[in-house]
Amino acid sequence: MVGIHHLHKTYKTAKGTIPVLQDINLQIEKGDIFGIIGFSGAGKSTLIRCLNRLEEPDSGKIVIGDREVTNLSEKELRLARQKIGMIFQQFNLLDAKTVFQNVAFPLEVAGRPKRYIQQRVAEILDLVQLADKANVYPFQLSGGQKQRVGIARALVNEPDLLLSDEATSALDPQTTYSILELLKEINRQLNLTIVLITHELDVLQHVCNNMAVLEKGRIVETGTVEKFFLRPQSDTAKRFVSIIDHYRDRRSVMEGVGAGI
Amino acid sequence: MRDDLIELLWEGLLETLYMVFWSSLFALAIGIVLGVTLVVTEKGGILEAPKLNRVIGTVINGVRSLPLIILIVLLLPLSRLIVGTSLGPTAAIVSLSIGAAPLLGRIIETSLKEVSAGKIEAAKSVGAAPFTIIFRVLIPEALPAIVRGITIGIIGITEFTAVAGAIGAGGLGSLAIRFGYQRFREDVLIATVIVIILLVQLIQWTGDSIAKSINKKRYKFE
Repeated sequence: MVGIHHLHKTYKTAKGTIPVLQDINLQIEKGDIFGIIGFSGAGKSTLIRCLNRLEEPDSGKIVIGDREVTNLSEKELRLARQKIGMIFQQFNLLDAKTVFQNVAFPLEVAGRPKRYIQQRVAEILDLVQLADKANVYPFQLSGGQKQRVGIARALVNEPDLLLSDEATSALDPQTTYSILELLKEINRQLNLTIVLITHELDVLQHVCNNMAVLEKGRIVETGTVEKFFLRPQSDTAKRFVSIIDHYRDRRSVMEGVGAGI
Repeated sequence: MRDDLIELLWEGLLETLYMVFWSSLFALAIGIVLGVTLVVTEKGGILEAPKLNRVIGTVINGVRSLPLIILIVLLLPLSRLIVGTSLGPTAAIVSLSIGAAPLLGRIIETSLKEVSAGKIEAAKSVGAAPFTIIFRVLIPEALPAIVRGITIGIIGITEFTAVAGAIGAGGLGSLAIRFGYQRFREDVLIATVIVIILLVQLIQWTGDSIAKSINKKRYKFE
């Protein structure tokens, strides 16, 4: 479904060029929920934004479905983007539009007829359980509700791929859980491929099947999420897993002491 | 106070309103184009064109650095070309529009820059074309700020008309100078000042109410 081949990206600054992504190679299967994990500054955000070319890679090839994204003209890219949904950490809803208008926006961009838009938006708002909020402005919604609108907007035009750029990082744990459940549900119902980047282990553990670990702009480990937790190989993965182990050990020590008394 | 006062004021007010209205309209039309162009052509903008951006920026700064009264004199030949005369309110509209457009351009540029990059990215990510982003995202999202900015601009133009009055544009400014200053009619001077103050208050109040009502709809406050 998604193939990334020898992707490179550098940022040019006054002091010279900084490599952000170096020789990234990834293969993501249709229907997978694929997690890319890494610490801050590892290049996760840049990588996912290269997939719909919000960031232009310097070299390399990205293939989504049967389209080579890195080869498309501006106009072709816009058409391709209509079939790649994206959700964001800061939701990025339009304040000037109601929930309904926000979700309808991609369909208007795609030139769908009004009657279809009415019906489709209602349908998708039902799916994210916000049918009663259609005429409300984003300002009046909670964080979780805003992200549901974001998800509805990303899905309304029936994309083949959903990109999630730290979509739950601004949400509390309970809301994160409900959003992840929703993503899982959508993945199952629509067999939608999801690529998500995160620095939260819970997210990886909860929804992803496969993962890649990004460290200083390079992929240092790929495989199943199980392998990540059971046999971490890269530095980053070991550090992540050691954080959970640390808490588990402390908990067992504390519980042990409690039982002793 | 003499009995011609009301008549003089009324005439001056009408001329001022006439100049403010049309100058604002033209300046706004040019200013919106300038402001939007500045924002979309800057580095990283949705229609990146750094050279064009620099040219427009330089021209705007050039026009803005001239004192208005000199700009008006410079533009007199243009007024003569367009409206056939360099005297009176209609001729002043040409100079005022061109003089105020860069100010409005900068005001609109500043308002549009307040729109978060994330919103623009979200629009890009659904496949929106640059013009769709300008008209459906940038301008509507910045609308309350734009309305407040335009209010400042129109008040600026009101002040400009008074300056233009000094060199034959007509209106309240001209009245204050010709009667109040040159003919020692203090009653005219004071009455003119009061009318201008009221006019500016009215413009400010109208702009504020519009901006507030937009915000109230979106954010349920103010």
